[in-house]
Amino acid sequence: MSTHLVDVSGLDVRFGATHAVRDFSLAVAQGESVGLVGESGSGKSAALLALLGLHPEARVQVSARTLRVGGTDLLSATGPQLRDLRGGVAGLIFQDPLAALNPLLTVGAQVSEVLRRHRRLPARAARQEAAALLALVGITDAQARLGHYPHEFSGGMRQRVMIATALAGQPRLLLADEPTTALDVSVQSEIVRLILRLRAERGMGLLWVTHDLALMAGIVDRVVVMYAGRVMETAPVDALYGRPRHPYTQTLLASLPRLDRPHRPRAALPAEATAPGHGAQTGCPFAPRCPRRFSACDTLPPLFTDGATQAACWLLA
Amino acid sequence: MSRLSSSPRISSGLGVAGAALLAVAVLVALAAPLIAPWPPMQIDLRARFTPPAWEAHGVLRHLLGTDNLGRDIASRIVWGARISLGVGVAASLLGAAIGGTLGLCAGYFGRGVDAAISWLIDVQLAFPFTLFALFLLAVFGGGPGPVVVVLALATWVNYARVVRAQVMALRGQDFILAARAVGVPSGRILLRYLLPAVAPAMVVVGSFSAAQAILTQAALSFLGVGVDPSSPSWGAMLDLGRSYILSAWWMATFPGVTIALVVLGANLLGDWLREWLDPLAVSRR
Repeated sequence: MSTHLVDVSGLDVRFGATHAVRDFSLAVAQGESVGLVGESGSGKSAALLALLGLHPEARVQVSARTLRVGGTDLLSATGPQLRDLRGGVAGLIFQDPLAALNPLLTVGAQVSEVLRRHRRLPARAARQEAAALLALVGITDAQARLGHYPHEFSGGMRQRVMIATALAGQPRLLLADEPTTALDVSVQSEIVRLILRLRAERGMGLLWVTHDLALMAGIVDRVVVMYAGRVMETAPVDALYGRPRHPYTQTLLASLPRLDRPHRPRAALPAEATAPGHGAQTGCPFAPRCPRRFSACDTLPPLFTDGATQAACWLLA
Repeated sequence: MSRLSSSPRISSGLGVAGAALLAVAVLVALAAPLIAPWPPMQIDLRARFTPPAWEAHGVLRHLLGTDNLGRDIASRIVWGARISLGVGVAASLLGAAIGGTLGLCAGYFGRGVDAAISWLIDVQLAFPFTLFALFLLAVFGGGPGPVVVVLALATWVNYARVVRAQVMALRGQDFILAARAVGVPSGRILLRYLLPAVAPAMVVVGSFSAAQAILTQAALSFLGVGVDPSSPSWGAMLDLGRSYILSAWWMATFPGVTIALVVLGANLLGDWLREWLDPLAVSRR
């Protein structure tokens, strides 16, 4: 397992009384791309931040059996090890680039910051490299735009800058937290293509967090579906779309609009009976909304393996 | 926040007036040897208690009259500007350094650090400051240096509270998280990411703090523990004039009016700056 870029098992993240991530496990191999899919509040972003140790210790309790990213053990890492990991081993792309870029620094300064820190480039070389990175992510006239501030860029261009900062440390793993959600629809596909191209060119692993299951189809090798802080199903993308095992995944897929069958009735889930983040989970967390609930669901299901698929559902037992 | 509140906007005219008042004071302080008609310490016992020029027995040589030792009031006010402004600005800057540092640390690190610094702030605010200042100056002696330090102890709280609150709001923002996510260490986040973001607020606090420092310094001189009593400080002149307020009203009135004008100028400028350097402007830019 040590060859894996990401190796997580038994991860729990609690925000006081809210138990956001429960017994979460994830493995991402070198160069593999994985989609982490879930509704709002399913714990996907909380799990992602835990991978870089970015939760503030004072208010968030993080525990795990294994929590390793790129060979760094986050359970025992020192400050300098964490700083090398962040940006150097794993680059993070945020959802909203306007919020994630410092409004008071030029984009050149922000990209150079990473270059100087992780690649030890002197100021002048860092500036040249920053311009090259901006050009790489498709920003025209990159040299001149180094001196511009984030608010002088359009939304799509800002996300390109964000991607450039994430790439600057030459990471082996790219973490993307809904990188297209804050963008105009017409720009989304450009950004998706850009990230996929860069990933292929640099052979990076990719962990793409999203609530958009449909988006994952052409993007990742494998999908992990989360619900109420737990992994419900993990499967190669073809298997997941072709033969979803977990009723939650099945309902999600059935709820997607399809161009080839426009008049097909779409599934809808009943509203949540309880807030999934609170209290102990004695049974399957999805049971209250599950169309195929039966007596076994009062007990928490483990992950059952069926071929390349794993699903936490008693139907597979 | 001011743009969202119902308080009336300070017109830029008043702000300019405040800036002009301060500019005049600074120019006067810088050009004191050129402007002052007399040396500020020069005693002329034959000219004691000369009233201002427009009063009966007034002479043009002593435009604002003389004091009980025949020293020229106008000249002493002009030279006093150096002490008042110098001490006020120095105290305000020292307060900014102390309060800014503590506020940044309290806001960013939170928990124990915040608890300790907030406790210090509360203690400082709960303590009757004049009493504290009197005690310190009585023990350690007067003079410009100790007065600046004591006044900085009065103003640092203003900075610390504002900076702490702003940093707490900024700390949770994505761009700080993003900086941490690329491995920027805490010290650099404080200096390069947070300090520039709180700098506008510190400038605003600075103008009010300078006004407060000038006023407090005058009060300390008035109480006899300020800078060297023989030096021409506005507060000391006020104190001296108090004894003669019924016979020589000009001795206390002119220094008092000067203090009022300079403090008013600094406050008007501060209000105006607050409008322009509104904390919300940081995220709007």
